Amino acid sequence: MRLDVVLRVVTKLLLPFIIVFGFYVQFHGELGPGGGFQAGVIIGACVILYAIMFGLENAMRVLSVTAVEKMISLGVLLYLGTGFAGMVMGGEFLNYSVLEHDPVHGQHLGITLIELGVLITVAGTMIAIFYAFAGRGR
Amino acid sequence: MSDYFTSVIDHYTQWVTIFLMVAGLYVVVARGNMIKKLVGLSVFQTSVYLLYISPGKILGATPPILSEDFTVYSNPLPHVLILTAIVVGVATLALGLGLVVRINEAFGTVEEEEIFEKGDRG
Amino acid sequence: MVLLTMMAAVVVGIVRLRNLFAVVILSSIYSFLMASVLIVLDAVDVAMTEAAVGAGVSTVLMLAALYLTKTEEAAPRHSPILPMFVAVVIGAALVYGSMDMPPFGAADSPLNTNEGIGYLERSIPETGVPNVVSAVLASYRGYDTLGETVVVFTAGIGVLLLLRRNRRGKAKE
Repeated sequence: MRLDVVLRVVTKLLLPFIIVFGFYVQFHGELGPGGGFQAGVIIGACVILYAIMFGLENAMRVLSVTAVEKMISLGVLLYLGTGFAGMVMGGEFLNYSVLEHDPVHGQHLGITLIELGVLITVAGTMIAIFYAFAGRGR
Repeated sequence: MSDYFTSVIDHYTQWVTIFLMVAGLYVVVARGNMIKKLVGLSVFQTSVYLLYISPGKILGATPPILSEDFTVYSNPLPHVLILTAIVVGVATLALGLGLVVRINEAFGTVEEEEIFEKGDRG
Repeated sequence: MVLLTMMAAVVVGIVRLRNLFAVVILSSIYSFLMASVLIVLDAVDVAMTEAAVGAGVSTVLMLAALYLTKTEEAAPRHSPILPMFVAVVIGAALVYGSMDMPPFGAADSPLNTNEGIGYLERSIPETGVPNVVSAVLASYRGYDTLGETVVVFTAGIGVLLLLRRNRRGKAKE
């Protein structure tokens, strides 16, 4: 009987809820507290918890190091892409009102896209930093 | 005497903020261990968050999420600035810890004075 | 106010202790207390971020760094009188300066009457988003959020440059 049985069972039960809560915080950032940064840190912490409990190799098999590195850049690209899309459609950089037929919908679309970009970058950075620290000690 | 007491209540948040700031500064300057300096730096940064957010609170108001039931809200502008500051703070902490790990591998220690001695000798 | 006093006590512990593992755990408790104080001050978004970042990721990173270095602090060699004196003088000067600041919770201070309150009225007609902090972050001050995302990106790249070790035998790309 290993000493960490309780932790492993509880982690296995809790991880899906943590991921769902992270996405809830992300998509409800407009209606209540939340937004991109909080959700990114929560999802990053979920993967870090998995890596701590079940071993770094298992976590790297689920989410490999190259995938995480690509995530970091993908988020910033998404953010800049939304900014440039505003320029292409006729407004200034990062002007969301021109993205749709009506300014309020444009703002909604713009805000959703950039929060998604922020989520991907922050989660990717947290996981990549953890992989770098934990991989150094082996 | 009650005049003095009300001024204590009015300014208590600011005094605790100043104490935290000065304590963080003391840890950064006076302790030689690099990891403890980084912890002191993060204490200092956190006290600055208090410094910005506490004047933004209005007594009897609610958090700044608009809904029909409330009319008076707290000021949202400091919240935005501090959100950015928190994330930048953790980014700085991660980079600082990475540097400390590399210093440890290069010099064998994280104490400031031992590193100076090794630098003088080598 | 009780929370603030607890935070001050925790920070005294952080300053005095030499076992670094205890210092890291105390700093995690300090972040959690700070998140509670922020909720009392009506800053719910900031409290959620501070709790997730301070008591979560920051503690994990410090523990990982402690695992890679040693966990006890050496005794200080110089006497701490000069830094303590400088710290007390700075503290006294700041306390003297703080007597002129507006009292806690005032609604008519310059901070609360200029631009920040204007966002509360403009948010729903222009963006349709009830959470004013998210609207300001993403739309009114979206350029600052772009800068912040780039800072996180840079920190990730920096740590990867410092700490990654290519021990793989075959070529990577």
